[in-house]
Amino acid sequence: MMEELMKLKETELCLGLPGGVETVETPTKSGVGNKRGFSETVDFKLNLQSNKQGHVDLNVTVAHKEKTKDPAKPPAKAQVVGWPPVRNYRKSVMAHQKSSEVEEASSCGGGRGGTVAFVKVSMDGAPYLRKVDLKMYKSYKDLSDALAKMFSSFTMGSYGAQGMIDFMNESKVMDLLNSSEYVPSYEDKDGDWMLVGDVPWPMFVESCKRLRIMKGSEAIGLAPRAMEKCKNRS
Amino acid sequence: MKEDRSEMAAKDVELDPRSAAISEPLSSSSSSPAAFNAVVSAGNKSRSCKSSLPVTQPPCPGHVLENVLENVLQFLTCRRDRNAVSLVCRSWYRVEAQTRFEVFIGNCYSLSPSRLTRRFKGVRSLLLKGKPRFADFNLMPPDWGAQFAPWVAATAMAYPWLEKVNLKRMFVTDDDLALLAESFPGFKELILRCCEGFGTSGIALFANKCRQLKVLDLIESEVTDDEVDWISCFPEGETHLESLSFECVESPINFKALEGLVLRSPFLKKLRTSRFVSLEELHRLMVQASQLTSLGTGSFSPNDVPQGEQEPDYASAFRASKSIVCLSGFRELTPEYLPAISPVCANLTSLNLSYANISPDILKPIIRNCHNIRVFWALDSICDEGLQAVAATCKELRELRVFPSDPLEDSESPVSALGLQAISEGCRKLESILYFCQRMTNGAVIAMSENCPQLTVFRLCIMGRYRPDHVTGKPMDDGFGAIVKNCKKLTRLAVSGLLTDEAFSIIGEHGKLIRTLSVAFAGDSDMALRYILEGCPKLQKLEIRDCPFGDVGLRSGMHRYHNMRFVWMSYCRLTRGGCRDIAHALPSVVAEVFGSDVDDDDDNADYVETLYMYRSLDGARKDAPKFVTIL
Repeated sequence: MMEELMKLKETELCLGLPGGVETVETPTKSGVGNKRGFSETVDFKLNLQSNKQGHVDLNVTVAHKEKTKDPAKPPAKAQVVGWPPVRNYRKSVMAHQKSSEVEEASSCGGGRGGTVAFVKVSMDGAPYLRKVDLKMYKSYKDLSDALAKMFSSFTMGSYGAQGMIDFMNESKVMDLLNSSEYVPSYEDKDGDWMLVGDVPWPMFVESCKRLRIMKGSEAIGLAPRAMEKCKNRS
Repeated sequence: MKEDRSEMAAKDVELDPRSAAISEPLSSSSSSPAAFNAVVSAGNKSRSCKSSLPVTQPPCPGHVLENVLENVLQFLTCRRDRNAVSLVCRSWYRVEAQTRFEVFIGNCYSLSPSRLTRRFKGVRSLLLKGKPRFADFNLMPPDWGAQFAPWVAATAMAYPWLEKVNLKRMFVTDDDLALLAESFPGFKELILRCCEGFGTSGIALFANKCRQLKVLDLIESEVTDDEVDWISCFPEGETHLESLSFECVESPINFKALEGLVLRSPFLKKLRTSRFVSLEELHRLMVQASQLTSLGTGSFSPNDVPQGEQEPDYASAFRASKSIVCLSGFRELTPEYLPAISPVCANLTSLNLSYANISPDILKPIIRNCHNIRVFWALDSICDEGLQAVAATCKELRELRVFPSDPLEDSESPVSALGLQAISEGCRKLESILYFCQRMTNGAVIAMSENCPQLTVFRLCIMGRYRPDHVTGKPMDDGFGAIVKNCKKLTRLAVSGLLTDEAFSIIGEHGKLIRTLSVAFAGDSDMALRYILEGCPKLQKLEIRDCPFGDVGLRSGMHRYHNMRFVWMSYCRLTRGGCRDIAHALPSVVAEVFGSDVDDDDDNADYVETLYMYRSLDGARKDAPKFVTIL
C-alpha cells in the first residue's frame, strides 16, 4: 500500500503511522489537559493544486484516517451533539432527499429486497400524490385502510373556494375501496396496469411500482388484461 | 434569503453611557429610558407614515413644539437615531414614543409585553426574536420558552392598528394565529422565521380572516401537518397578496387552489412554493404570474409524465418571466431541467441552490451567465471547481453561503482552501460569507482578508474539530487574526479549527466593530475569554460551546454584561457557584442554567452544562420550565 502511495505523482502525501512520527506540529499545551492528542492522529499533507478535477483524491484518506482523540472532553461519542452547526431544518430536508433517492431506487427495482418499498399513490380527482411504503402493511386490508384514511382527509367542504376540484367525501372514499365505484389499480414491473388484489400480497409488494385509484368505469378495461396476464403466469 | 438580509441589517442599539447620563430626570419607571432603548429599538426600514395620531389637547406653545417635533420624527426611522432622540428631554421622549411605529426586540425576555405597551402607543410593526441561535443545533431542550402568546395578548389590547409581525425562533400556536387574525383587522404582514408550535390549521384560519393580507412568509419553520387544505382558505375574490412563502410546509398542497389564488393575486411578486409543487405545476403558475420577481421553485422535478404527452416548454416560461431576480427552491431537483432557468440568469441577483445536490458540471453552464448575482447559496457538492466558476463570473457577489451536503464531522468535503482562495480573488466586493469545509489553510483565509476588505460577516466552519492548517500544521490563529485586522468593517465572526488563546487576543484587540461572535472547540484557557470580554467593545452576542472557559473567564466580563444582548456558554467549565456569583452581582442580568438531560437532578449539581445570560428590564421570566434554573 505504501509503495502505491509513493507512486502517486499528482498527489503528494506524507503519511504518518498511528502513534508514531508524523509531520504535524503538535501545539504545546500549558496544563489545560491533552485536548488534541495529535500523536494518535494520522494526518496528511495534500497538494490541493494537483488533481485535474480540482478536488483531492481522498480515497487514501478514508482508509487511514482516525478521529482526533480527546480524552479530557466530556462525551466520547462519535458525533457531538449539534456539530457541525447545521440547522435541523436543513438536515431534515437533506435527509428526506436522501431517502427519496432510496425510494426511487427501490420502487424502480420493484422493491429489490430493500427495507423500504415506497410507491406513489394517485387518486383520480385529487390534485396531489401521496407515497406509501408497502412494506409497512401486511395485507391488502391494511393497505386499503391506510389509503382510505389518506384520501378521506382531504374533504374541506366548509372551506370550499370557487374553482376547486371536487374532493371525495369520507363515505365515498370508504365506498370506493369496498365497492366497484373506485378501484385501486397498480403498475407492475412490466409497466402494465393491473387490478390490485390479483396476486398474493408478498408478490404484490415485490412487483408494484405505483398505485392509482381510478374510477371504476376506467378500470373495466384493465380486468381482461389482468386476467390474461394471470393466465400467462400460471 | 430575504430574511437573512433583514437580519443582517437589523441592528441592536448600543447603549452609550453618555446619553444615559443626560437622560436621568425623565422616566417614571424604575429603569432608565436608556436601558429601555437598549432592548427595544425602531426598525430601520423607512415607512411612509401618512397620518399622525390625533392630537387630543388644544394647542399651546409647548404642544405646538411637540406637534412640530412629531411631524419631523415621523421621518426618522433609524432606531439608533430614535433612541438618541428619546434621551434629549422629557418632551422629546414623549413625542418619540408616540411616533415610533416599528419596534424591534432582539430578545423577547429582555422586557415584558406590558412595558412595551406602556411606553409606545402607536406600534404598527413588531419584530421579535426568541430563542438564541444555538437552539437550532439541539443545544436547548424543547419547551424552553419564547412563547408568542403573551405578546399577542398584550398587543391585541394596545395596538388595534398593528399591521406587521415578524418573529424569529418563537413558539407560536394556532391559537396565537387565531388571536392575531381576529384582533387586527388591518393586518398586513406575517413573517415567521424558524418558528414552531403551529400547524396548517392555524395558517388556514389566519389566511381566511386577514382580508388585507399582503405578506405571508413561513420560512424554515416547523409546521405540523393538520391535513387541512389551507391554501383553499384564502378569501375569494382579488387578494392583496404581494408575497407568499411556504417552502417549509411539509404537507401536500391543493394545486388547483394555489393556481386559483395566484390568478386572483395581481400584486403578487414573491411566491415560494414547497417541494409538493412539481415542475409541471410550477410551469403553470409561472405562465399565469409572469410579474413575479422572486420565485421559490418547489421540487423542480417533473411528476411521472405518461408517455405520449408533450412536456411543457419550461425555458419559455422563464423567458416570459422577465422580472425574476431571485430564485430558490430546487428541493428535489432533476438536474437535466436546471438549464431551463438560463433565460433569467443574467437578471438574477439572488440564487439559492443550497438544497440541490449538483456537481460542478451542472452548475458551470448556469453560473456562467449570472453576472449580476449578489447572493449565492449552494451545497459543497459544487466543489472547488464550482466555486472557481463562481469566482470567474460573479463579480458583484456580496454574499456567499456554502453548506455541507454531508454534515458530519468526518465526511469528505469537496470544498477546501482552494475554493475559498478562488472566491477571494474573484469576488472582491464580498461582504458576507458562510463556508463549511473539513479543513482549511491560514493562507486562504489571509488571502480573503486581503482581497475582500468589505467583509462584514465572516463565518468559517471547519467541521473537523481542532483541525490545524492542514498544510503547515499550525493553528488557525494567523488566518482569523488577519480577518479581524484587515476587515475593518467586520461585525460578525464565527471561528473554528485549532485556535490558541493568541487568536482571541488578536480578536479582542482588533475586532472593534464585532457585535456577534461564535466560538466552538477553541482556545486554551480562560485568557481567551478574557481577551474577548476585555476587548471587542461593540460585542452584543457571544455564543460559546465546548471551550475550556471557566468562572474566572466569565467574571472578567462583569463590567459589560448589562450592555450585551446575551451570552451563551455550553459545555464549558462553569460552575453553578461561579454563575450564581455573577447573577447576584448583576441585578439587571438574568442567568439561566440548564442541561440537555432534563430529568437529571442532582448528579454533578455543580457542573453547568449551559449558561444563557441576558439583560432584562423586568427581571426573571415567570414562564421558565422546570429544567431551567434561574440563578
